[in-house]
Amino acid sequence: MTAFFEYVARNVVRRLGSFVGLALAPCRSAGKRCRIGLPRRGASAGPTKLVESASVTWAEAPRYVVGLALALLVVSSARAAKIGDLESLDFGEQFARFFTLQDEIVRLALLGSVFLGVSCGLLGSFIVVRKLSLFGDTLSHAVLPGVAIGYLVSGYKDPVAIFVGATLAGLLGTVLVQLIKKTTHIKEDSSLGMVLAGFYGLGVVLMNRIQAMPTGTQSGLDKFLFGQVAALSSVEVWMMGGVALASILLVTVFYRQFLLGSFDVGFARGLGLPTGLFHYLLMLLLAFTVVVSLQAVGAVLVSAMLVIPAASAYLLTDRMHRMLIIASVFGVLSGSLGAFLSFFGNSLPTGPLMVLASSFVFCLCFFLSPRHGLFSRWRKRKTRDHRILNENTLKAIYHVREERGFVGEGVGLSQLAERMGETAEEAKRRVRELVSAGLCDIQESGAKSEALLNPDGWLRACAVIRNHRLWELYLTNQAAYEPDHVHDDAEVIEHVLGEDTVRRLERLLDYPSQDPHGKLIPSLADLQRSLVKTPSPEPPSGYRMPGS
Amino acid sequence: MEFWKQLIPPFDFQQVFVEPWTEYLDSFLWIFAMGFLVTAACGFLGTFIVWRRMALVGDAISHSVLPGIVIAFLVSQSRDTLPMFLGALGAGVLTTVLIELIHQKSRIKTDAALGIVFTTLFAFGVVLVSLYGENVDLDVDCVLYGELEHVIFETPVAFLGLFEAPNSVLRMGAVTLAVMVLVAVFYRPLLLSSFDPGLARSMGVSPAVIHHALMALLAVVVVSAFEAVGAVLVIAMLIFPATTASLLSDRLPVILGLTLLIALLSAFLGLHLALWLDASTAASISVVIFGMFLAAWASRCVTRVAREGFRR
Repeated sequence: MTAFFEYVARNVVRRLGSFVGLALAPCRSAGKRCRIGLPRRGASAGPTKLVESASVTWAEAPRYVVGLALALLVVSSARAAKIGDLESLDFGEQFARFFTLQDEIVRLALLGSVFLGVSCGLLGSFIVVRKLSLFGDTLSHAVLPGVAIGYLVSGYKDPVAIFVGATLAGLLGTVLVQLIKKTTHIKEDSSLGMVLAGFYGLGVVLMNRIQAMPTGTQSGLDKFLFGQVAALSSVEVWMMGGVALASILLVTVFYRQFLLGSFDVGFARGLGLPTGLFHYLLMLLLAFTVVVSLQAVGAVLVSAMLVIPAASAYLLTDRMHRMLIIASVFGVLSGSLGAFLSFFGNSLPTGPLMVLASSFVFCLCFFLSPRHGLFSRWRKRKTRDHRILNENTLKAIYHVREERGFVGEGVGLSQLAERMGETAEEAKRRVRELVSAGLCDIQESGAKSEALLNPDGWLRACAVIRNHRLWELYLTNQAAYEPDHVHDDAEVIEHVLGEDTVRRLERLLDYPSQDPHGKLIPSLADLQRSLVKTPSPEPPSGYRMPGS
Repeated sequence: MEFWKQLIPPFDFQQVFVEPWTEYLDSFLWIFAMGFLVTAACGFLGTFIVWRRMALVGDAISHSVLPGIVIAFLVSQSRDTLPMFLGALGAGVLTTVLIELIHQKSRIKTDAALGIVFTTLFAFGVVLVSLYGENVDLDVDCVLYGELEHVIFETPVAFLGLFEAPNSVLRMGAVTLAVMVLVAVFYRPLLLSSFDPGLARSMGVSPAVIHHALMALLAVVVVSAFEAVGAVLVIAMLIFPATTASLLSDRLPVILGLTLLIALLSAFLGLHLALWLDASTAASISVVIFGMFLAAWASRCVTRVAREGFRR
């Protein structure tokens, strides 16, 4: 038994350390990735890789632990202050009251939001990647009758009784969804909706009864629907802390199992992992989280706190462990912001404010996320289109020069316009863009102006041409295309071929010098010397009949 | 024991079942009519919603119409039907557009997009209600479980000179009638596109048009049911009749008929349950429907087991 605990403890320390270390060092483990959204690849990385990524890199753990300890110290050592001066609602006073943390209520509320954010962020991430988002919604409504029954059994708003009752109700709801799915033809979304609505209706009736009882009017149960963070008791906050700690521990200890179960159930089962067990463990943790969050966010909107921070994190990163951490941070941020805002209004429910805060964070991520944001993607597309346009101009200049056998440096704008099939103004504008990109100069001599590529521009032009013609040759020789069918494909791919691919193509095609149309493929060596052609008897064509 | 006695009041047959139909018939009739109409309209339309796996879209729309309704109240400063309808419809359309936008423009899956959009809009609506609750004559309770009983406080309006009825009952009746007529007229395209979109397309029925029309109809029904049953319980009225009926029969016309029967029965039993327990009417109706579903499910399981036992 002791050996088991020792094992678990060692694992916890190691995983925690490596977890934090990995999160803090973005590029360290570039080779050991398990990408979100590509289950097969994650799976083929195999168990060894996954273990490897969790190996000891806990040099940075102490820093993190010290920070956490400091934060706790600050929170707990703040001077205890008077409770119940809620009527002073002056903005400045409330502001000071909130940020000096002198008030017991404020401290509890803030601590509660932090715990809430952490556990919701961690479990929400798994919910989102497992596509169970609406399951959280069902669970959060289904706990309501349990809350009422917990209240009835204990006779007052006892956090422990309510916790037990609500968890049981939530699990009953979960089992019911599974049972309906298994024994009837009813689809999952309908069964989720049924459990949600049926349990919720039951809960409302029970709560109406409680409110009709003589003691019921002060029950405070109505706060469970939309949450009131100011009404958190210290027992509730410590229960939230317990659940947050439990989720951190279990997620770190069983990180690998949860990860595999989320992305590739088949592979996990193949490894002999009890996936069903871990699924239910996750569901249990989820139920705990939902239940302890009721007082702070309310039953109707807990699911939002599960889904929204996790979805925001999903927009920012591709790695699961980073997503977990970012989601927790977002959860904490929006939870505290919601708590803060609800202190200003007299009776503003906390839950909706927390949800609005996290939606705000989500909007920011949706538009500004460096990789997946709408705005960044739009900018990326814009620069790419610009680059393609420039490369096409370069190509046109190359073609003009090629037509006259590379004699003379400058290319007249009128010739260029003719070659591109554009007006003279358009050609001039395109060349100007090249000039501003530092690839070309314009030489004005009288009425005639010429474009002169500088060495950089010439290299780029040759590179694009080479890509184009290499690809044409590849299509004819390796993929058995007809030579007159390859141009359009090459026109697209010339802009995206990377250096590595080009090297491989050259090797594959045995360092060709001519494309299927008998034109020169400028190689690295050609770039160094003049391309002015010395007439040779019969240029060998690079085109080979397929099969010959 | 004293405690439990307080929880469940004594059952008085006279008070629960007889008096409403004799002494208080005038007001009770309209509550009953409203309960039946809401359940019937939702259940009838819900059959298709359930078949097309749009059950949770209904949930999302019923939540997210709230800010639309509140803003319409604030802007028009009245409880008129038209601005409320427009506001709610706008919110419903906004919901579907936003879900599609998030789903298409980012890597977020549909279910998460749904969860994000409707909770955000609902939270916005709740904040608006708690800020301007007095102005809009709408409180959080109404949002959560509706106020079906408030029908009796409305001044009755004459209907075609035939009889007098509360305005909201008339409106709900019109919506119910419209749903039934539309379903009857477009029965074949609906049937086709719900069960075999490919075949429907080949026969010249556009599944996309049907889908959007159904969404619009859903929004209308949800909006008109909103005040009576609140944001969450609409989903009970939408799903339960259809699933319960589909446990009892395999044929669509029979299922549609059964949903009406279920609506009638559940409105009747639910009202009396609410009277007995002194609880919210909408919540009681959904508890009754839930119970009916559980009964149908159990009976199906029992007959299946019995049939298998008989075969052996």
